[in-house]
Amino acid sequence: VTAKNVMIIGATSAIAQSVAHCFAKNGNKIFLVARDNGKLKAVEDDLVVRGAKVESFVCDISETYKHHELLIAAKEFLPSFDVILIAHGVLGDESESQVSYETAKKILEVNFLSVVSLLIELTKTFEAQRSGCIAVIGSVAGDRGRQSNYIYGTGKGALEIFLQGLRNRLYKSGITVITIKPGFVDTPMTSHLKKGLLFVSPEKVGKEIYQAISKQKEIVYVPRFWLLIMLVIKSIPEKIFKRLSL
Amino acid sequence: MDKDFQSWGGFPKVSQSVKKLNWLSHIELDSLNASVLPRGLGRSYGDSCLNDSGILLDVTTLKRFISFDEKSGLLRCESGVSFEQIINCFVPRGWFLPVTPGTKYVTVGGAIANDVHGKNHHVAGTFGCHVTKFELLRSNGEKLICSKEENIELFGATIGGLGLTGLITWAEFKLIKVSSPFIEAETIKFPNLREFFELSKSSEKDFKYIVSWVDCLRSDESLGRGLFIRGNFSTTDDIQEFKPQKSRFALPFNAPASLLNSYTVKIFNELYYGKQRTKTVTLKQHLNPFFYPLDALSNWNKMYGSKGFLQYQFVVPLDNGYEVVKSIIQQISKSKMGSFLTVLKTFGDIESPGWLSFPKKGVTLALDFAYTGANVLQLLNQLDKTVASSDGRVYPAKDARMSAENFYKFYPKAAEFENFIDPQFSSSFWRRVSQKSR
Repeated sequence: VTAKNVMIIGATSAIAQSVAHCFAKNGNKIFLVARDNGKLKAVEDDLVVRGAKVESFVCDISETYKHHELLIAAKEFLPSFDVILIAHGVLGDESESQVSYETAKKILEVNFLSVVSLLIELTKTFEAQRSGCIAVIGSVAGDRGRQSNYIYGTGKGALEIFLQGLRNRLYKSGITVITIKPGFVDTPMTSHLKKGLLFVSPEKVGKEIYQAISKQKEIVYVPRFWLLIMLVIKSIPEKIFKRLSL
Repeated sequence: MDKDFQSWGGFPKVSQSVKKLNWLSHIELDSLNASVLPRGLGRSYGDSCLNDSGILLDVTTLKRFISFDEKSGLLRCESGVSFEQIINCFVPRGWFLPVTPGTKYVTVGGAIANDVHGKNHHVAGTFGCHVTKFELLRSNGEKLICSKEENIELFGATIGGLGLTGLITWAEFKLIKVSSPFIEAETIKFPNLREFFELSKSSEKDFKYIVSWVDCLRSDESLGRGLFIRGNFSTTDDIQEFKPQKSRFALPFNAPASLLNSYTVKIFNELYYGKQRTKTVTLKQHLNPFFYPLDALSNWNKMYGSKGFLQYQFVVPLDNGYEVVKSIIQQISKSKMGSFLTVLKTFGDIESPGWLSFPKKGVTLALDFAYTGANVLQLLNQLDKTVASSDGRVYPAKDARMSAENFYKFYPKAAEFENFIDPQFSSSFWRRVSQKSR
């Protein structure tokens, strides 16, 4: 097995950490990006003990003017980009964001526009290297707008359209673009929510994402049963859907 | 209030709230308005992992490695790292835990707080004997490095200190080198208790891992019959054969009533003892089934039904060990409250740095009883008397009922220990056993 070069944005998220564990085994090089220095250092140390070569970069990803500098640092450490995992995101205060443009804008900047900025910068690099995988964490919330989380869902839905186009464009260059749609995951981001039967551990989700990357999938629901749930939700006619309290 | 965080035995049941700790760099204890208790994977049987009406500090998400020295095997990790995680990450690289209890679903923090022991106590002592250093976060925000050189007293008070001296944030200990994931194991049938002591004596020099299962329902000449299991790590060079334990079978809910009662235990004991036809069986066994036979069933505790069960483990000195163990097995046999898995083992003389550490040189017996009400508590109080009068002690990590009087008798350093308890920290166990002193 040849060593891989991996970049992870939002490396301190619980899901990103478990995907990173899967990559940390074979002497792979991993470049980590996150905004909190203390947390990032803890993740870096952990991956080094697990056998990876790691470098990290502290950055608030919504500050898009720093992306250029970030990618220069990444390129210095990684000889190529075999895998890029974009895992950052905020749930945000949904009810606040539905009445305040500033709050809504911030959520869209973090969850959507920052990814657009990063991938615009990176597309040329990928087209030049003619191989690699771009995996981005979307959400089942992006599949259909619902009154309980449509600002968050808008960002994730827009992300999906953007990735569809990018997948289409990069296909001829041999690049894989994966949209990952996790359902409910038991992480610090969802710690305030009541845990029902649909919640799964970040470890399980991380392993499934790793497998999706290895198998070069396009769109993956994790865990897979969300594909069925969302098929049902998407098939409800709008006439009926608008009356539901979801 | 969270109902999911009960103890492994399911008795007593309490109501408490839970605060999950996610990052070492972002722990705040000062804003909490009730007593707190660190909580790992909740494998303590009784009430030492409970904090009724208080707060549990859930450390299971503090599970990152911090550093590892490939030369010496020195590992530093966050306190919520589980033994399973260490095994899966380090056995393939040729390293194993210096000491492990009978389940790998314990955290490093819990292993220190209960100063756990394993099948190799006679040659390796307790887990605490291998801990070189840890960081203790006190409720006043102080972070103290504790070792044999620094904060020596807190080091001794925290090992076996039941989580009461503060929060262990990270710890450092040495792994041992292994070249194979297999154990060369022997199982020897012994017809009575006398022969157990002889087998122990003759095996301790050559075998690193020793444990026995006993049929505690026998009271005649076959009293204390059982299976003596001894083994060493194989020396063949096949570490790549290691396989993590995969899918575990789980009981979906509590058994409607205890499946483990005096009838089923009797049948089980007959079958278990009888299944082995010859005196000795040798077997090359993967480390998972050898060290963790019960882990294959992820929540075997539910077999006891919703009322739960009580564990009872004591140690008594070797000089009168035979008589005491015999007397206790007789008392149990007479009570007809059979213990499902009865484990017998001798402890060696390696002393732990922990003040409230349970193991000491002698013989130890671990039993479990379905909680059926006052009759069980009565039996265990009676056993306490036998243990106390024989210079023995009972294991707090498995206890839900010992008296304050006996606790202080079993643990002479308990009074000194009190001075090192963090004022914000408490547990159901501690409030119970310290009643008289307050």
